[in-house]
Amino acid sequence: MAKKKRKMPGLNTSSTADISFMLLIFFLVTTSMDTDRGLARQLPPPPEENAEVKDIIVKERNILNVRMNSAGNLMLEDMDGQKFIRLEELRAIVKDFIANPKHEENKPEFHTERLPYFGDVEITKNHVISVQNDRGTPYKVYFNVQHELIAAYNELRDEISQKQFGKPYAELNEDQQKAVRDYYPQKISEAEPKNYGGKK
Amino acid sequence: MPEMNTSSLPDLIFTILFFFMIVTTMREVTLQVKLKLPKGQNSVLEKLEKKSLVSFIYIGQPTDQLAGKMGTDSRIQLNDKFAEVDEVQDYIQQERMNMSEADQPFMKVSLKCDQDTQMGIITDVKQALRKAYALKINYSAVGGE
Repeated sequence: MAKKKRKMPGLNTSSTADISFMLLIFFLVTTSMDTDRGLARQLPPPPEENAEVKDIIVKERNILNVRMNSAGNLMLEDMDGQKFIRLEELRAIVKDFIANPKHEENKPEFHTERLPYFGDVEITKNHVISVQNDRGTPYKVYFNVQHELIAAYNELRDEISQKQFGKPYAELNEDQQKAVRDYYPQKISEAEPKNYGGKK
Repeated sequence: MPEMNTSSLPDLIFTILFFFMIVTTMREVTLQVKLKLPKGQNSVLEKLEKKSLVSFIYIGQPTDQLAGKMGTDSRIQLNDKFAEVDEVQDYIQQERMNMSEADQPFMKVSLKCDQDTQMGIITDVKQALRKAYALKINYSAVGGE
């Protein structure tokens, strides 16, 4: 039995799915969904050319030196002397140095400061963490040190805001965050690069 | 047994397609250096938002295809070509000119450096950035727990 032909056959759209599948696959392949992440740092402005080099005198107890050599070893130097440490130890040492919870003589001195939300508090605002590296230091080591330093500050800020406001630093409003930042100001100093050896 | 109606399948696929078209950011430059970023913790790293404010500097060894021509010393890549340290300042100036004036103070530079690079070349780039007054920098890293 012959079927009667329709007058106007519909356009065959069965391949539309295939075409759009191919487009879909193309975009799937070329997509990079990853958001870039990184450690945010602020560089100091360049030294002025004819400005006198002024050495800022910092009390010895306020400085923690972190040195990296070209083999990627870490050395700490403070008033207790020098010692080699492993990367995993760094965060705890730095936290202890910044906060100085036991008010030790050889750790940063305290200044009484009036901060919003906190009132009069004793903080170690004059501490400095000085980072020095060699031209041959692997970037990985340098990055890890920066990472641990920032992590130490973040943890301290989280602890104090948890104590004061009952929530982590990230959930505070802007004024509160500023107060917490003033409580633990980030003082990481990088030495002007030295050129060891002749070749640049 | 009637055939299943597939007429809405293309529509479905198109919807997914549009989703991917919107979220896609095409890679603007082809990498010419080997890049293995250092790892960090998500809680410490910051997300790089507003890509239009960010300029990228890549540092690492030339890829295997280019190693024959360029050697295996760490090199700086700006846009699509290798550059020397003294070109960094011009590059930053150029990038700054391409921004609207209101955005210029918020300019950021993302340093994408291979984790085995020696600090010497990175220090040189950092000094050049200081001279160019591009002071907000970001050490690019891979997030994780």
